Amino acid sequence: MNKVNILIVGVGGQGTLLASVLLGNLALMKDYDVKLSEVHGMSQRGGSVVTHVKISEDGVNSPLIELGDADVIIAFEELEAYRWLPYLKKGGTMYVNTQQILPMPVILKQAEYPQEIQQTLQAQAGQVKAFDALQIAEECGSVKAVNVVLLGAASNDLPFREEEWIQVIEENVKPKFIDLNKKAFALGRQV
Amino acid sequence: MKKRIMLGNEAFARGAYEAGVKVVSSYPGTPSTEVTETAAKYDEMHVEWAPNEKCGVEVAIGASVGGVRSLSCMKHVGLNVAADPFFTAAYNGVTAGAVILVADDNGCHSSQNEQDSRYYGKSAGVPVLEPADAQECKEFIKKAYEISEEYDTLVLLRSNTRISHSRGIVTLEDRVEKARIPYEKNIQKYVSMPAMARKLHIAQENRMNQIAEDCNHMDLNRVEMGDTSIGIITSGICYQYVKEAMPEVSILKMGMINPLPKEMIRKFAAQVDKLYVIEEGDPFFEEQIRAMGVELAGGKDMFTIQGEYSANMIRAAFGRPVAESAVINDAPNRPPLLCAGCPHRGLFHVLDKLKKTVLGDIGCYTLAALPPTSAMDTTLCMGASITMAHGFEKAVGDSKDVVAVLGDSTFFHSGITGLINMNYNGSKGTVIILDNRITGMTGHQDNPASGRNAKGEEAPAIDIATLCRAIGVKNIVEVDPFDLEATEKAVKEETAREELSVIITKRPCALIVKQPDIPHLVTDACKNCKQCMKIGCPAIEEKDGRPFVAAERCVGCGLCATICPFDAIAAADGKEAR
Repeated sequence: MNKVNILIVGVGGQGTLLASVLLGNLALMKDYDVKLSEVHGMSQRGGSVVTHVKISEDGVNSPLIELGDADVIIAFEELEAYRWLPYLKKGGTMYVNTQQILPMPVILKQAEYPQEIQQTLQAQAGQVKAFDALQIAEECGSVKAVNVVLLGAASNDLPFREEEWIQVIEENVKPKFIDLNKKAFALGRQV
Repeated sequence: MKKRIMLGNEAFARGAYEAGVKVVSSYPGTPSTEVTETAAKYDEMHVEWAPNEKCGVEVAIGASVGGVRSLSCMKHVGLNVAADPFFTAAYNGVTAGAVILVADDNGCHSSQNEQDSRYYGKSAGVPVLEPADAQECKEFIKKAYEISEEYDTLVLLRSNTRISHSRGIVTLEDRVEKARIPYEKNIQKYVSMPAMARKLHIAQENRMNQIAEDCNHMDLNRVEMGDTSIGIITSGICYQYVKEAMPEVSILKMGMINPLPKEMIRKFAAQVDKLYVIEEGDPFFEEQIRAMGVELAGGKDMFTIQGEYSANMIRAAFGRPVAESAVINDAPNRPPLLCAGCPHRGLFHVLDKLKKTVLGDIGCYTLAALPPTSAMDTTLCMGASITMAHGFEKAVGDSKDVVAVLGDSTFFHSGITGLINMNYNGSKGTVIILDNRITGMTGHQDNPASGRNAKGEEAPAIDIATLCRAIGVKNIVEVDPFDLEATEKAVKEETAREELSVIITKRPCALIVKQPDIPHLVTDACKNCKQCMKIGCPAIEEKDGRPFVAAERCVGCGLCATICPFDAIAAADGKEAR
């Protein structure tokens, strides 16, 4: 690994911030340089949210990933995967939770939810791994574990060992949720 | 030395802690809020939420006069509120170091404008520092205290959304305690009467002239010489974009952005073939550098004053290639919404139904301006709902179709004076105060009515009704905004009344109290009238042409069940939500 750019996208309230905190601390543990950029304020209000995670062995300047420069996109929702697709590098990998959350303009019939999201992702991304992370999270005991299920899946593509992931979960998650999140991570990793 | 991943704002707080700061007083405002929230976790500092930014700055100045290092943090528009003490304290100088931290919002991520606060530093005559990443956030705030004490001046520390809300690796150091400087009465310095002010203004001019000279030798400003065909003068987050887009060029990175290091700039200009200024926002550097007679090859003629920049924007401006990328232009917008279970939803449903003109304010409830509630007509600045409603009433000669709506924290911030004005100047209007027991939009900070302080300790809570009564308001009604009948009755009666009224909607924010969490569902009794879809709940969608409650997003507040004319929405367990 020289550098890896990860874009985490979703809908406010889905837990994208925890995902970025875990990735940031993993990078720190490995003594890599890392910068993350987040959306606050609106984060719990159901808007489109994005976190940029840039990890490098040689130093990171801008905290923002540019168009066409994300190695991996972790999308918590299908429309958000579609919206942020232009950030994916040619040949990059997209992890997509197949859940759909209709935005208000769609509910109000002022706009349409795009019909062929998966086809577009398949055609444009190097690789697409789409699955129902919500269902796996429910199996683990909480829909809120969607974030760690998705990280588990993406972990196969990221430069950290399984025990490092477990350690960072143990160090950064509230004690009563550690087991739930470890299970979510393990099931995600098997996807 | 220990290293941590820190948000820029957390790093500012850490720096204040290490610098021995003793008093922090701020009003929350995105993107500045986490500085004070983080500072509150350090036992060594007194940290408080002030009712507004003017109070916060004055508390910090008082603490400085009292002999300890102090800090006040705010968003850009907050500095407008605090501008009065800020400009005069800039004359007075300090006893112990005093720093005002202001976070701009290039790109309007969560603000009503993109005002460029750098001008405040120049206009008031105080030095301004601007960091470029989390580590510098910590270093620069410590430096700000040294400069404040060395030059006897207030220091403005300028951040913005991208600096405040980016995380990076920060090296931790220990706190260095500062002994309190004993207070000595000095009316020449601290009593701002005309005779003193004239002398203080001279002292201020002298020290700013001294700093303007000295900043050419401060390590806050540095030159990174590379390829001399292009030279870039920049600061803050733009420095990072330049480094990423054009790592080989020569850069003058300024950490002190007021006053400018003129000698450095001239020397740098002489060393490069073509000189450019890259700065987000207004041409603050550019105009000053051009006024120095230094020739620039580009500035705002290449870049916009709008929004945030990026490495790609710089690449494009200099004709350099950018990565290939997919094009998506039909993704529907996803605007933020009032949360499922939000107490404001009941009130705005009623205001929409009664077709009132709503003079709104700043807070989560501003989101009610968007469809489908669409129940807000204006939003200007903190507290303006009340004063604008008063002006509106005086213009149209009647207040029956008009209400002012604002949150509890906004009311304490700058709504109270407006209500005093209404009472004093013969208003017959109706003010609705949304009492949800917290400052919501900025991430749930306590306020003077919440019963807790910034440290999480118990604190006295203002009773809003009692306060309004003391102002002289005779008609005060308290309602639960989820009791739609009572809310509608209150709005109808109070707007019809030929006297000033206050309606207080009382229900805590859905994110701070446990919700029933029993998902609701639409039963076979549904006649598909879609009334439930008009409240803009993020949990209610349409599926196969009929309303549908998404169980994983429903918190079981039951408002949709109350609104349904056919009793066709019920809790999944068969029990009522309330």
